[in-house]
Amino acid sequence: MEEQPVNFVVFSGTEDKLQALAVMTAGAAALGKQVNIFLQYWGLEAFSKERIDADLGLAPEAGAAGKARVEAAAKAGQAAWAETLRQAKELGEVDIQACSLSMDVLGLEESDLDPLVDGVEGVTAFYLNAGQGQIVFI
Amino acid sequence: MADVQVDARGLNCPMPIVKTAQAVKAMASGQTVEVLATDPGSVKDFAAWSKTTGNDILEQTADSGVFRFVMKKK
Repeated sequence: MEEQPVNFVVFSGTEDKLQALAVMTAGAAALGKQVNIFLQYWGLEAFSKERIDADLGLAPEAGAAGKARVEAAAKAGQAAWAETLRQAKELGEVDIQACSLSMDVLGLEESDLDPLVDGVEGVTAFYLNAGQGQIVFI
Repeated sequence: MADVQVDARGLNCPMPIVKTAQAVKAMASGQTVEVLATDPGSVKDFAAWSKTTGNDILEQTADSGVFRFVMKKK
């Protein structure tokens, strides 16, 4: 069987979840796997030019102690999630698409998005590109 | 002496693998790369990366928290 892509649906837009996405994507790209990323809601908003370098906060379960640990890792030189994704895109086949419905809901135009985003598509196109590969929802 | 050096000391997962994959991408077949890493996950990660990509690990050592790998591009 031909190797299947790894597919991520990114719904959440907090730093920790985007960091996890970036790490999973970079690892897959380093192994030569195709990665498809579909951005919805707050995950999409995080890829807007306005938000991409902003502090997007953490998931509620982080708490104060978790926040302190994440901040310490950033201070110690952990790369920002957007930078890790840029490197992953240079390295391998990583396609990042914005969900057209979410674009509508959030009132975003394609020109509002960071260049990391390759385009806008609907859910049908996402499923087509996902093939028989697993779909991970973040 | 390897053809290419990658110093990934102090970098967290997945950066040692990402930096190595970037370096290997620019190398010719048969060339070697020497990687230094301190990420404790790197021993299993480089083994998995080598197995998947077919770039063999020629040498592997660990010395006071620094892992060293020499790999050959397929």
